[in-house]
Formats: sequence, C-alpha cells, structure tokens
Amino acid sequence: MSKPKLKPLFIDNLKLRNANANRWKIFFQVSTYVGIIFLTLLLLNILNQTFGYVAISSKVDPDSLTKEGVSLEQLSKKELITIIQDNVSAGLLRQLQREMPLEEKSQSEVYDIVVEKVFESEVSATWTLADSLMNKVSIRAEAAEKYPKADLVFYSWVKPHLLSNPQSSNPLNAGVRTAIFGSLWIVLITVIVAFPIGVGSAIYLEEYASNTWFNRIIQTNINNLAGVPSIIYGMLGLAIFVRTLEPITSGAIFGSVDPTTANGRTILSAGLTLALLVLPLIIINAREAIKAVPDSIRQASYGVGATRWQTTWSHVIPGALRGILTGTILAISRAMGETAPLVVIGASTYIVFDPNNIFSKFTVLPIQIYQWTTRPQPEFRNLAAGAIIVLMLILLSMNAIAIYIRNKYRKY
Amino acid sequence: MNLKKKHRPGETFIQAFLYFCGIFSIFTTIGIVFEIGKEALLFFGSPGVSLWEFLTGTTWQPQVGEFGVLPLVTSTFITTFFAMLIAIPFGLAIAIYLSEYATIKVKNTIKPILEVLAGIPTVVYGYFALSFMTPILRSIFGADVVDIYNTASAGLVMGILILPLITSMSEDALSAVPRSLREAAVGLGATKLETAVKVVFPAAISGIAAAIIVGISRVVGETMIVALAAGAGPKFTFNPFEGAETMTGHIVRISGGDLSYDSIDYNSLFAIGILLFFITLGLNIISQRIVSRFREVGE
Amino acid sequence: MQLPFIYEINIESTEMTLPQNNSLAIEATNLNIYYGTFRAVKDVSLKIPQNKVTALIGPSGCGKSTLIRSFNRMNELVPGSHLKGEILFRGENIYAQTVDPVEVRRKIGMVFQKPNPFPKSIYENVAWGAKLNGFKSELGYPNMDEWVEQCLRKAALWDEVKDKLDQSGLSLSGGQQQRLCIARTIAIQPEIILMDEPASALDPIATLKIEELMRELVEEYTIIVVTHNMHQAARVSDYTAFLTMDEDRSGVLVEYGQTNQIFTNPRDSRTEGYITGRYG
Repeated sequence: MSKPKLKPLFIDNLKLRNANANRWKIFFQVSTYVGIIFLTLLLLNILNQTFGYVAISSKVDPDSLTKEGVSLEQLSKKELITIIQDNVSAGLLRQLQREMPLEEKSQSEVYDIVVEKVFESEVSATWTLADSLMNKVSIRAEAAEKYPKADLVFYSWVKPHLLSNPQSSNPLNAGVRTAIFGSLWIVLITVIVAFPIGVGSAIYLEEYASNTWFNRIIQTNINNLAGVPSIIYGMLGLAIFVRTLEPITSGAIFGSVDPTTANGRTILSAGLTLALLVLPLIIINAREAIKAVPDSIRQASYGVGATRWQTTWSHVIPGALRGILTGTILAISRAMGETAPLVVIGASTYIVFDPNNIFSKFTVLPIQIYQWTTRPQPEFRNLAAGAIIVLMLILLSMNAIAIYIRNKYRKY
Repeated sequence: MNLKKKHRPGETFIQAFLYFCGIFSIFTTIGIVFEIGKEALLFFGSPGVSLWEFLTGTTWQPQVGEFGVLPLVTSTFITTFFAMLIAIPFGLAIAIYLSEYATIKVKNTIKPILEVLAGIPTVVYGYFALSFMTPILRSIFGADVVDIYNTASAGLVMGILILPLITSMSEDALSAVPRSLREAAVGLGATKLETAVKVVFPAAISGIAAAIIVGISRVVGETMIVALAAGAGPKFTFNPFEGAETMTGHIVRISGGDLSYDSIDYNSLFAIGILLFFITLGLNIISQRIVSRFREVGE
Repeated sequence: MQLPFIYEINIESTEMTLPQNNSLAIEATNLNIYYGTFRAVKDVSLKIPQNKVTALIGPSGCGKSTLIRSFNRMNELVPGSHLKGEILFRGENIYAQTVDPVEVRRKIGMVFQKPNPFPKSIYENVAWGAKLNGFKSELGYPNMDEWVEQCLRKAALWDEVKDKLDQSGLSLSGGQQQRLCIARTIAIQPEIILMDEPASALDPIATLKIEELMRELVEEYTIIVVTHNMHQAARVSDYTAFLTMDEDRSGVLVEYGQTNQIFTNPRDSRTEGYITGRYG
C-alpha cells in the first residue's frame, strides 16, 4: 500500500467566482454594444454636420428682385436672364456667355448663376444640427448680432443641387456630379478588367491547378496581395500606368489627348489601379463560391462525357454564380470607397466638366470628400458630410443588391 | 469505336487563358517589388543618401536633404498603439461574447452591424476622427494640450475601423475550439467565465494572435484616417496629442501635390513605400504561419 | 419466462432488490426534456441508488444521453432545451431556482463519450478542476501533488504516467486519455460520476480496463453509465434502465430493475426484444 488516502480540503469559493463571472459577463456584453454605439455615433456625427442653421449673406437682397410676390425660383428663364444682364458687369456677362450662352442653359442652371453672380451669396456661419435644435434662440441672437445682413436659414447640405452641380468654389453651389461620373467610369473599367481575370484565376486554381509548389505559391501570393495596403497599389499605379504606360493611358497613341492633361493621370490609369487592388478580393470570394459547388455535380458531368471546360462552364460556374456576383459587388463597393491610391496616382483637385472618355482627368466621390474635409472653412466640412451621405447611400444600395442576389439565386 | 485522344483547340485556348489569369497575380507582386523597388534604389543611390541614415535618422526634411524615416515610423507606431488600445480589448470581448454567451438571435443582429462598420470607406472614418474624436479629446484633455491634428485621435478611430476585423477573426478561432473541451470544463464545475477564459481562449490563442497581427498590419497601411486627422509634416515626437505624419500620411500628402518625376522627393516616397510594403508583408506572413501551425495542431 | 443465459451478468446484481428510498443518489420524477418543441424524454421517473452502477440502455435516439446529461444540468448548454419535472439530489431539486448549476456539476461529475483532455499537461489536467473549486493544501490534508497522484492511482493510470506528468494529456492513447478524464473528475470529489458511453471510442482492451475501473470506483462513488453495448451493461451494472422511443420519437422508460432480472427475465416484451437482438 502506498500513501494513506487522505480526504482533500476544498474551500467553498463559489460566491466569489460567480461574482467574478457576472462582472466579466457585463463587460463582454457592454463591449458588444460598443460596436453599435460607434456605428451610431459615426452616423449621428454625419447627420449633425449635414443639417443645421446657416447664415447666408448676399450682396443683393433676393427680396428686392422678387416681382409681385412670385419667388425667384418660379421666374422664367427669360426673366432670370434679364436679372443677370441688369446686375452683373459687362465683362462678367461676356465671360458667362463665352462658357455657354445663357439661352442654352436650363432654367435651374440660370437660377444658380443668379444666386452665385448676382446675389453673391456666401456662407457666413454654420451651426450643427444638435446646436440648431437645442439652442435656437441663442443662435438667432448670435446671428443677428454678428451677421446683421445675413439670412438665417435651416439648411440641408444634401439637396438635389449636390447631385446635379459640378464642383464650385462656393459651397452653396458646389456639387458632386463630376465626381459621381468619375466614380462610375473608373468602376466600369475596374470591373471589365478585374472580373474576367479574377474569376478566371479562381477557376484555374480550383478546377485546373494541381497541388504543385508553383500553384501553392500563386495561392500564398494572392493571400498576401489581399493584405497589401491600398496606398502601395497607388504607388504601383503611379509607376506603371501613369508613367511607364503614359502613351497608352493618356490616349496619346490613340490620338485622343485631353488638351488640359496630356499625361497619364486619367480614368484609365485609375480604373486599372483599382482593378489590381480588388483582384485578390474577387479571386478569394470566387474561389470560396466555386469550392462550395459539390463534387458530385462535377462527377455527374464527367460521367456523361463532358470535358473539363464543359463541366466548368455548364455546371460549376452556374452553381457558383451567386457567390461570385456577391463577391464582385462587394469588391466594387470597396473600389468605390477607395481614396488613397487615387490620390497617389493623381486625381484632379478641381474639374467642372464631366469626364467623357477613359482618357479624361478624373475625380471621385471619396476624393471630393477628402478635399472638402481638408478645407479650413467649416462650411466645406458640412458639404463633405453631405457628400458622405451620398457615398454611403450608393454603397448601401450596392450592398442591398448583393444581399438580393444572395437570396434570389438558390444555393446548392 | 475510337477512343483516341481528340484534339480540342477550344479547350486548349481556354486553358491557356485560365493559366494566364492564374499567374496574373504573380505579375502584380513582381510589379510592386520591381517598380517600387526600382524607384527606391534610385533614392538610395542619390548623393548624400544612405540606407543607414534613412533607417536611423530622426529628421525627415527633404528640402535640406535630411532623409531619416524614424519620425514617420514612430508616429505610425503611436497610431497603431492607440488603435490596438481600442481594438484588442473590445474586439476580444465582443468575440468572446458572440462565441460563448450570445444567443443565435443576438449573434444575427450584431454581426451585420459589424459588417456595416467594416464596409464604411476609410475617408468617412477620417472625417469622423477630425470632426468627432478630436473635439472630444480636446474637451477632455484641454484644447491647449491636444492639437487639432493629433496621432491619438487618428489611432483611436483606426481602432474602431479594425474592430470588426479583429472580432470576426477571433470569433472564428474561438468557435473552432471543439465543444467537447467546453463540456469538459463545465462538467468539472467551471463557470462560464472560467470555461471561456481559461479553456477556450487559450485553445484559440494562435488564431487570436493572428487576428491581432493582421489588425496591426491593416493599421500600419491605413492612409486616409491619418491623412485627415494625424497632421501634416513629419515630426519626431512621442506625444500622441501632437500632430505628426505617419508613413502613409506622408506618401499621400506629397504625392497629392505637384511633384516632378525623377526628383529625389519623388523617389524618397518609394523608399518609404517599399519599407511599408515589407513591414505589412512581414506581419501578414507571420500571421499566416501562426494560423497554419494552429491548424496542424487542431487536426 | 426465462431467457437463455447469453449475457455474462454482474454477480452482485443478482442479490439485490429495487433501490430503497433511504439510500438514493438521484431521484427523478415525471421528467420531460424538450429541445425547442421536440420532447426528447417523456415522463421518466427513476430512483438511482448510492454506490451502485446504474446502466441506461436503449436504441440510439431513445434519449438516454439527454437523460444522463440532465442529471448535472449539462443539457442546458444546448440552446433551446428545457425541462419539466424534478430531479432530487440529496433531497434537493437541482432544477430549483435557487440552485447553482456550477455547484451541481461539481458534485455530479461527468465523463464523456470521446476522451477530451485539456490541451495541458497531465498534471494540469487533474489539478485544474480541483484548483478551480477551491482546493487548499493545509496540514492534515493532501497537497496538490499528493492529490494528483491519488486521483491518478484511483483511475489506474499512475504507473503509466508517473514519469511524464508534464507531458501533454493529448500525447496519451485513447484509453489512457479516458482514464485521465476519470482522474480529472475524481479530483473534484464528486459524489456521483456520470459516464456517457465512456468506452465507445476505445478498443476492447481499453474498454475492459475502464469497466474494471468502474467496479472499483463504485465503492466510493455512485456511477451512472449510458451504454449502447448490452454486454457492457450486463457486466458492470447493478441496475439497468431500458429506454426506448414511443410513436412520436420521445424517449420513454420501459423497464427498470436489477441488471440480473432485466437481462434474464424482462417483464416487458420490448425489453426482451431489444436484449435478444430482435429489434433496436
């Protein structure tokens, strides 16, 4: 017999342990809500900056031009043009006519010119939404004292003008139209390039490649590329597309040079750069989707004498399409939100004309937001908040499409 | 009956195209290393520049020919530190809550919210840092202490940015721990906390470490938040309330301006770029190694 | 009717009568266990005696695993499960509002189907639960080293592992791992040990060792074992409960009695059908 068997001593510690467990459970739970709190704060902050009181001062009092109680907005184009002719200098009028004859513009465009050139409306001060709701009285008092000539209006920085107007140095007229067109052009090129190569690469890796060292290197390489910071892709784009391939990306060899640029900082360069950026994402998502197609389907297809490509084309791709499309849309929304690489390859800071081909200069929505945010005047920051709402709505609807596709096409 | 191999030109063509797609990503990598490396080499080959000075110098002033990358690296380090201050405790707490405590219903509510958070463009986070986080820091610590542009604000917001990443990777690692281990602990009279923290967490530690490293790599390479909130101009400081430019912030500010090619300023950006590339690549490789070793043990 | 003697019956069980109220380990009354809306166990009442081995047998899906897991509230870990009825342990309903499940599981330990040692050292595997539950080494009591040794001895594992206590528990063979799990359970000093098919993942020799161990442990502990192996139930248990599924797939208790009686002279035709291999 070995040692005598003794009964062990246990001290009851359950109360302490349970108290401890409860404390930590609360911490875990609260932390979980922190995620929700952050998201809420982020959204509230943007709303807070988008709406609120604005003091607008004008050189010419808009009321003095109102005729018989008809507000300016409702005047006809002709009447508005008369107002412009009566109130601006001859030089400015000539300049305006040179850009585009006033008669050819729409009523709302002419109205904008009235606001900009005749009233010369300017933002004197802005207040946040929270302020505007809670300290109405003191804001009125402050505005009346500091800006006696200004109109205090409750202003929304998201408005139809924001979508339809090009950039402008006056925040009241500035819009994101050129930026939205820029984003669309660039994303179009990105998809045209990245989608076939990405899906092709995924098919190669899943359906064709054997497990050799070379193919393993390809896979590791894709995973690593997915982790490369986006700004590095910008530098790659700058070195290759903007500089080395300048004759192509500027359109010079096609004889289609934009006289204002004549360099490689074009929509084409931007689209190709973002294509490289989203390629690993598309490949990884497409591979997951292809992997999910059950092997029995492939075997059935081979069993009736189909070749490898016939099997892939008629069975694997249709089965994986849902996942491939969802993954691609997510990759596109990533591309739409990218800023840094496009700054690096040289987005334009100020363009008022819509891009009309792939060799045009470009700006995109996130870059517009970036530039407005860095402006020192607070009203540009409000404008940026408005543009953020536009951007988020675009991304949100793309995600909604992705979810719709995910639910519509049945999975295997 | 003829069972001979048939010649199928269509199939061969398609196979060639797919092969091209497969190796395309290799070209991207070669492009990054070669093109950025080439410009970086031009920089190091310039008169008055040495690799040693680049890596150890504490002033970055291209105007006077001072190219010490440390000010940019330290501010990158400070922003990363603040990001982790938010992302590690909250990320791990959320992961533990989701994997060990939450009902399916709660999980299905929280996860999409985190996905939304992950899908917001970084420029919006930058806006948030500048217009929300900085004013808050200034009201807490005093406007004379906290600059309008400061690394702490950018870092904290980057922590929010990578919270979803760290949470979902850690939660995957925790959920991969077999249920039998949890049962063993509970069967021995362990509380839920003891099971989660002393059994499940250690068993998932490599996956969690990998998540944190990927998070660090993401923060180091993140650009727009620091470009908007951390301040312009390299500054060798350890004070998180001062403005100081990070590696990415410097690249994006200088290249956004008018920059003539083949100047030393232009080339110096690529030297910073290649350093950034190798740092993030190194972190990603470490994280992948940890995960694959973890898988071997798990099986 | 007397069945042909095809099972090797545990000798001790032939002498006994049904459990008496004064020596009960667990008393379940009108137990109904649900997973969501599905009733996995229906109206089971069962009196399990102290210091005996009680076997739960029956076809797969009859709810025997659910039943044994309800004895230390392990079934609560499954989302959506709930229970009606009561289970008395030392005269107290373990499902009462005031009862802490952690305390229940500490008193009613469990050994699982697949050996599940922690990815820690052999020593740590045994010491962990004890430490957690307030083990104190003081004069007149064993210290941790002695206690770990004692538990490993009781689990008939000491001689095989005494030289490699700092090696991972996962480095042991399946049978050794299962005995390590038994040692780990003993280390928290439970009164009852629940075993959910403890030998189903093991080879015949390792199984035999576990069975021998059960007979030894029963002197100190009450053992309840779920098994799908009827020979094992006959060999090791003193009492046997036979469960089966009714029409709506809920588990019901068909017959409960001395192992000898159940295996040689079942009262219910369903029991007879099952143990003679005609169905199940």
